[in-house]
Amino acid sequence: MLHDRDRIFTNLYGLQSPGLEAAKMRGAWDGTKFLLEKGRDWIVDEMKKSGLRGRGGAGFPTGLKWSFMPKQSDGRPHYLVVNADESEPGTCKDREIMRHDPHLLIEGCLIASFSMGANACYIYIRGEYIAEREALQRAVDEAYAANLVGKNNVHGWPFDIYVSHGAGAYICGEETALLESLEGKKGMPRLKPPFPANMGLYGCPTTVNNVESIAVAGTILRRGAAWFAGIGRPNNVGTKLFCVSGHVNKPCNVEEAMGLTFRELIDTHCGGIRGGWDNLLAVIPGGSSVPLVPAEQIADAYMDFDTLRNLKSGLGTAAVIVMDKSTDIVRAIARISYFYKHESCGQCTPCREGTGWMWRVLNRMAEGRAQKREIDMLLEVTTQVEGHTICALGDAAAWPVQGLIRHFRHEIEKRIDDYSANPHSEPASAFGVAAE
Amino acid sequence: MTKLIVDGIEVDVPADYTLLQACEQAGAEVPRFCFHERLSIAGNCRMCLVEVKGAPKPVASCAWGVRDCRPGPNGEPPVISTRSPMVKKAREGVMEFLLINHPLDCPICDQGGECDLQDQAMAYGVDSSRFAENKRAVEDKYIGPLVKTQMNRCIQCTRCVRFTTEVAGVADLGAIGRGEDMEITSYLENAMRSELQGNVIDLCPVGALTSKPYAFKARPWELSKTESVDVMDAVGSNIRVDARGREVMRILPRLHEAVNEEWISDKTRFIWDGLKTQRLDRPYVRENGRLRPASWAEAFAAIAARVKSARPERVGFIAGDLASVEEMFALKALADKLGSANIDGRQDGTALDPRFGRASYLFNASIVGIEEADAILLVGTNPRREAPVLNARIRKRWRMGQLQVGVIGENADLTYDTQALGAGAETLAEIASGAHSFAGVLKAAQKPLIVVGQGAISGEGGLAVLSLAAKAALAVGAVKDGWNGFSVLHTAAARVGALDLGLVPGQGGLDAAAMAKAGALDVVFLLGADEIAVEPGAFVVYQGTHGDRGAHRADVILPGAAYTEKAGSYVNTEGRVQLGNRAGFPPGDAREDWAILRALSDVLGARLAFDSLQQLRKALYEAHPHFASIDTVAPADASGLAALAEVGGALPRGPFRGAVEDLYLTNPIARASAVMAECSALAKGAVPLAAE
Amino acid sequence: MSVRRLAAQQPESFAFSPENLAWAQTQIAKFPAGRQASAVIPLLWRAQEQHDYWLPRAAIEYVAKMLDMPVIRVLEVATFYTMFNLSPVGRYFIQLCGTTPCRLRGADDIVAVCKSRIGEQSTVTADGMFSWLEVECLGACCNAPMVQINNDYYEDLTPESFNKLLDDLAAGRPVQKGPQNGRHASEPESAVKTLQDPALYDGSVVGAWKKRFEEEEARARQAAADKEAADRALAAQAAAEPRPGKPDATRPQQAAADTPADRVAAGKAPVAPTERAKAADPAKKLSDKPTSKLKDAKAETGKSDESKG
Repeated sequence: MLHDRDRIFTNLYGLQSPGLEAAKMRGAWDGTKFLLEKGRDWIVDEMKKSGLRGRGGAGFPTGLKWSFMPKQSDGRPHYLVVNADESEPGTCKDREIMRHDPHLLIEGCLIASFSMGANACYIYIRGEYIAEREALQRAVDEAYAANLVGKNNVHGWPFDIYVSHGAGAYICGEETALLESLEGKKGMPRLKPPFPANMGLYGCPTTVNNVESIAVAGTILRRGAAWFAGIGRPNNVGTKLFCVSGHVNKPCNVEEAMGLTFRELIDTHCGGIRGGWDNLLAVIPGGSSVPLVPAEQIADAYMDFDTLRNLKSGLGTAAVIVMDKSTDIVRAIARISYFYKHESCGQCTPCREGTGWMWRVLNRMAEGRAQKREIDMLLEVTTQVEGHTICALGDAAAWPVQGLIRHFRHEIEKRIDDYSANPHSEPASAFGVAAE
Repeated sequence: MTKLIVDGIEVDVPADYTLLQACEQAGAEVPRFCFHERLSIAGNCRMCLVEVKGAPKPVASCAWGVRDCRPGPNGEPPVISTRSPMVKKAREGVMEFLLINHPLDCPICDQGGECDLQDQAMAYGVDSSRFAENKRAVEDKYIGPLVKTQMNRCIQCTRCVRFTTEVAGVADLGAIGRGEDMEITSYLENAMRSELQGNVIDLCPVGALTSKPYAFKARPWELSKTESVDVMDAVGSNIRVDARGREVMRILPRLHEAVNEEWISDKTRFIWDGLKTQRLDRPYVRENGRLRPASWAEAFAAIAARVKSARPERVGFIAGDLASVEEMFALKALADKLGSANIDGRQDGTALDPRFGRASYLFNASIVGIEEADAILLVGTNPRREAPVLNARIRKRWRMGQLQVGVIGENADLTYDTQALGAGAETLAEIASGAHSFAGVLKAAQKPLIVVGQGAISGEGGLAVLSLAAKAALAVGAVKDGWNGFSVLHTAAARVGALDLGLVPGQGGLDAAAMAKAGALDVVFLLGADEIAVEPGAFVVYQGTHGDRGAHRADVILPGAAYTEKAGSYVNTEGRVQLGNRAGFPPGDAREDWAILRALSDVLGARLAFDSLQQLRKALYEAHPHFASIDTVAPADASGLAALAEVGGALPRGPFRGAVEDLYLTNPIARASAVMAECSALAKGAVPLAAE
Repeated sequence: MSVRRLAAQQPESFAFSPENLAWAQTQIAKFPAGRQASAVIPLLWRAQEQHDYWLPRAAIEYVAKMLDMPVIRVLEVATFYTMFNLSPVGRYFIQLCGTTPCRLRGADDIVAVCKSRIGEQSTVTADGMFSWLEVECLGACCNAPMVQINNDYYEDLTPESFNKLLDDLAAGRPVQKGPQNGRHASEPESAVKTLQDPALYDGSVVGAWKKRFEEEEARARQAAADKEAADRALAAQAAAEPRPGKPDATRPQQAAADTPADRVAAGKAPVAPTERAKAADPAKKLSDKPTSKLKDAKAETGKSDESKG
């Protein structure tokens, strides 16, 4: 287990006050000016050396991303935009940062903005997080009152931080859709290139980072890149917030070292699998977008980017959805398919049309009301969606279905056989969508 | 320039090209739905995917720049494939997705036969469907009297939304909802308020937006297609007239980069029902106060009796707004033969006069030149009403940025930002004298453009305003080598041709307004002139197409041919000579206008010296060689402008009035059209929305 | 999501209350001049809150006018984002998370409660008190199943606790927000093993990290001094003369001078050496490379010196 003193989010569970004074006692805002005085290049360099990979799901190196911003402004302002549109099913980590440790985030915003020459930062928080938005706003107000941020703050870098929000659209977690939404439009992802570092918010150079990526920056710089890089496994370093949900005895958020095994994670923090390890069916290790991994492959796998990628899945947001053998796995994935159909922005043809098609076929398959040849057809449809869209939502919609067919084709076939044997049966709806 | 290898063919293209352009240069065909050259890039239909060697996924060629392609490890040019298995699979996939929710109603779809989806499904699709679910049903929307919707067919390419927003400049259409439930609609199904909205019909790649007046009228393959020129305004939009038999079924735009790009106004597009109603299909003669049908011989005899008994200076000729150069040439020849100096082609009473040179009445900057202008002054004109397509060009220029537009006159919504400088001539005088701040803007500009509307230069003091405008243009440096920003915006298709032919009063002759006065003349000959009221007294001969104002006043009616029923030349506002062609025959006994004049001249004993259109044109080109240079714009000699500027005169008081009150009812054909009447009523009754 | 339309019955007009109007101006002020459209979502949301949690047509037009946006663009936003209710909802509007993580933990049972007590979704009870809607993941997966009622999350539900919650709301009794089973937040229920070290909270971490920088600087200075001495055998001169070409920003003296006194004091607190000792101890069970900080720091210093040289 990661030692407590190596944890960054020391108020993860909100057992302490989220207020400024308590946050300072926990080490936030400690020597921020000292860090800034080390200079932009030093900060970016430290972030690169720390090996921090973006915590929003794609795992892109954060320091590298920061370095993409123009070194000199061409007259356009630079912006930092924090992606707090946490909507990936299974993921609930940024929520805890915003309501329990908001000052780590605000301090991180200042540091990141300074390091990329931005004087303004927008935090875009999902609309449903109303209490979290208010908590964050309170912390921002505290920071302004203490002159930690603002035009003439004690850190000597003019800096304004604003909290804005969405209103119920998963797609706004995609960085360019988020920028569109922040500009007051529908959250439809933009074509890339141009990338946000060149043409982002209001056409200005912009970096979009996940809450967790930004919130860890202060601590990494204080403790040192070597400290952060020393935790975890090569290329998969540092600590990470894991969100464990589903069929474990004690679902929870926990900060752990990258690259602990799934078994360690569950046994140490989550009270084990419901009904014991033998009862484990499958795990979605990185939020609904990644393919599931069956029990025998995941049990002792390292929870990091590379290991899970080799299992044809991914770490994503480290939202671990555990499913035991009571799970109707086809319905579980069908419900995820419904999610993507519901959240597709409707811009690109393959995603707009394909997500609905995949969900409808899968929904029939969950009942067994399908033909076996349709399994291959469904698989082909997923490949027609995957990689053919502007943003990654098409991929995210395709992968869970591919994972299901890869590992549980037999289950679908069994449903179809059962249904054919007794065509009038009405299977109980365990995962039916109430909306339809 | 960047080297690329497309399907094995090496091409050298500018770095700002998109891959799609580069592929086309290499001769590869790239299918597309959402992409359109004149609209912003949406990149959402995903049909134009191509493979870029080294990229893990196919890329949308419409959006991917050539400069975004990385060269190979040893500097080899990027390799693009439009035919690889990856591309084929991607296209088939996208096509399948487009079709799964698209209704199979091609047999009853007006787009059938000219449908991008149909064509591309044949070329890039697969032969059968695997979709076993129910197709999506989408409610049809009302978006106005011109565009019919069948939203089940919509493939959400958003071309229509982008067109209305970007080109037409009205935020009327939008895509509401999201995902597979995304729908194109206007706000609360209000009618669109653009005068260019018909273009969305052409832009729609499927049958979701079709022409409402044309609905279920004809199939594209049964129409004869005639390339012609529009006469509804002075832009001279290039059109294609589709007819079945003698009946015009629809009018579509033709591409002409320098004139109308590929847009036409709604009046141009939907006027065709006006060609079928209120038509004059036989001669009439007034007897005892009533018009009775007559034969050509009777009609000619009645005219001859009056003309022969009148002294030449008591006979006058007025040419209307839709007349072609050929018939006006014949009219002028007839007037000359009869010895009358009373001839005028300016029924609206503008002060334009060929004696100041061609530059004094042309849109000298040219329509395409608008894109180069860096400051624009609109004098007594509302181009949105007077020339919608030209207005779209100004908007296009405005969207490029760094453009100030000042307006003297009516302060209307022109779809771009304008500065209201003043209402009338006194403001123009301030600009001419340099006292007005906007004079500084114009002076600072490299290519200032001063657009003079017909409303400012007609009637009392019109010449003084025209002179002042010329003075202002010279004062701000709008007239120089390589640029003449003094630009007259005409509203009538016939006007520039008339001025080129010299259809203005000769020595001692009367102008149109004087001719219309009671007691001025014994015989007035109206060649399609319907916008002028001839006061009682004179014997009026009306030659035209519709039972409109001129025909009601007439003592003899000679039925002529509408612009789709004759071959004729028209000169647009920038001085471009273009040829219109006959798409069908005139109704009943109606004849081509030059032929009527030729036949009448014989009866009047003033026989014109041509027996065919060819002979007429030969004579025309001999007298006015520039009419022979079809589709060219020769810069006009600007030396006359200085003389014009010196004319001066008493300026009219009060605000400039617009030349066009109602866009949809400017000429007899439009007034006969039920569709135009509906548009007009809608435009008048439209309550402005709270938010706009 | 399904097709979303404005409600058939619409109020005549809408206007922000004075407080909300003032608040709206603060929202608009967050964005650069001319970018007022950015405030469209917050303003629509506030309009919805003011108008019994649903967004009437008049409010869409009102916001469009306030932000100088074409009204169709605002309608696009209002129909795209699913939190905007376009028709009336109950006084307690229950958004039930129905996505897989909640389903796995029993959201079906909660759906059943809603259906039996309220009826079909998107219908308001006769007394106007409740309506419900199944929504997509609300981001509280560790506390599944959960619902959002108006602005607040109610988590770790069971049919019993959810029924009780609805009873309390209907009766106007105060209710507990958040987890309904006594949990505080998203910690493992009554089995928290992490974040137990009191040293995390007593302020002892403040400034402790600075030792690293001071030592690095000391080493760097020493190394520089040694180098100078070896090169020129003029140690005294080298010590007196600042090294050229070294960026001022990384100079420890300056940083120390700028640091508030209390932090310096904290840095000298007796806890710091133990911290350092612990850090040097390769006891990190999960880490593959439990290297000592000292070593790492040294390596890093070496590197940075290289790059400077």
